[in-house]
Amino acid sequence: MGELTSWTDLPAGGAVSPAGAPRTATGGWRTGERPETDLSRCVNCLLCWIYCPDSAITLDGETFTGVDLEYCKGCGICAEVCPEDAIAMVAE
Amino acid sequence: MTGLQLLTGGEAVAHAMRQIDPDVVPVYPITPQTPIIQGFAKFVADGRAGTEIVNVESEHSAMSAAIGAALAGARTMTATSSQGLALMAEVVYIAASMRAPIVMAVGNRALSGPINIHCDHSDSMLVRDSGVVQLFAENAQEAYDLTLLAPRLAEHPDVLLPVLVCQDGFTITHSAEPVELLPDDVARRFVGEYRIPHAALDVARPTTQGPFAMPDYYYEFRRQQGAAIEGAAAVLADLAEELEALTGRRLGALEDYRLDGAETALVALGSTAGTVKDVVDELRAEGDEVGLLKLISFRPFPAAAVAAALEDVESVVVLDRADSPGGAPPLRAEVAAALYGSGCRLDGSVYGLGGRDLHPADVRALLAGTVPTHVGLRGPACHA
Repeated sequence: MGELTSWTDLPAGGAVSPAGAPRTATGGWRTGERPETDLSRCVNCLLCWIYCPDSAITLDGETFTGVDLEYCKGCGICAEVCPEDAIAMVAE
Repeated sequence: MTGLQLLTGGEAVAHAMRQIDPDVVPVYPITPQTPIIQGFAKFVADGRAGTEIVNVESEHSAMSAAIGAALAGARTMTATSSQGLALMAEVVYIAASMRAPIVMAVGNRALSGPINIHCDHSDSMLVRDSGVVQLFAENAQEAYDLTLLAPRLAEHPDVLLPVLVCQDGFTITHSAEPVELLPDDVARRFVGEYRIPHAALDVARPTTQGPFAMPDYYYEFRRQQGAAIEGAAAVLADLAEELEALTGRRLGALEDYRLDGAETALVALGSTAGTVKDVVDELRAEGDEVGLLKLISFRPFPAAAVAAALEDVESVVVLDRADSPGGAPPLRAEVAAALYGSGCRLDGSVYGLGGRDLHPADVRALLAGTVPTHVGLRGPACHA
């Protein structure tokens, strides 16, 4: 967290805009498995991006590029939903 | 068209809502609020208001939907009473904390139990500390005037809070009396267009609403809500003056009724003020120096104005239409805090719980110095 703010400088009702929110890395712990991607098999359906509960799938525009391990918790949903087996869970 | 019409408080507020023409009204029926929303729903069905009425399954849902609508930028109103307000209470706190400008009509009714449908103020007092503005009407006319003023108070950038316009169940909600409505165009011009000052639910500018706040921020947000409701006092005064220019009727946080030179004064909320005014007039005609301080704004509580109004009064009696078992009733506690150190004598009585009438003879006795802890109660009552 940054410097704590006076009550007079907080937005009304605590509405937080993404620009002001710290991007705290939460990938310090995982289930013990992480997704490994094979881009040659990917058909860019983006099901993994839709299903990922931690918004950890990275895109370049609308093209799948991989997984941001700073946010991935290793749940394996992406590997489960991938129709082309382009994502596999591997032990850390 | 102006002129007096015979309307109940419920009907008068339904007319105010028709003139305000809110975008969204999520609501659940409950006695004695029902005539308000029933009357308004008829206006909508007849095409006289363009409101989306959301028939929710409970008051908890009514206030939850109201928060969503208000933060999406819709002018939002609702209404409730008693158990409905109790069920809604959790979300009332959240509406205040999310600074959602929602106007709610309250038909005051006793809380269970025993279950009862008649008036007292225990329902309003349940949400006393929630951070919402609470205005109490003396009669149907005042309920109409306050409702017309309420959206602008709620939506003012210095306030951004829910505003509850409270009227005594049955005594006001169901009793017909002469009411003067503003012409529709005048009322609509006064209310104006709604523009939420912080675009809350806007896909172009995404935000998180109602975030978690840990010990490092909860306290700051709570203080921010306190400052917002304190700011409502000045906005209410300005709006009351602006409305008075249209109606000729004086409104404010409180009303000083014949306090000039008064030795004894009663302090009261709601329709009881009307009964007290009649008795004060009779006693003044008989040469007794008595008066009334009527509170309209219970939250924010105008402590400095109360102290100033009662400055020269020797004996003050506070009437509470709600009790606080094991402690001081809420209005008496507020007035006592406001008068602390003033040297005047302060007594108080609880009265009218569950719709028990307060008779002019009771008011006479109170002003004559007979102040039981409980007025109109059968069985032993302690005398202060």
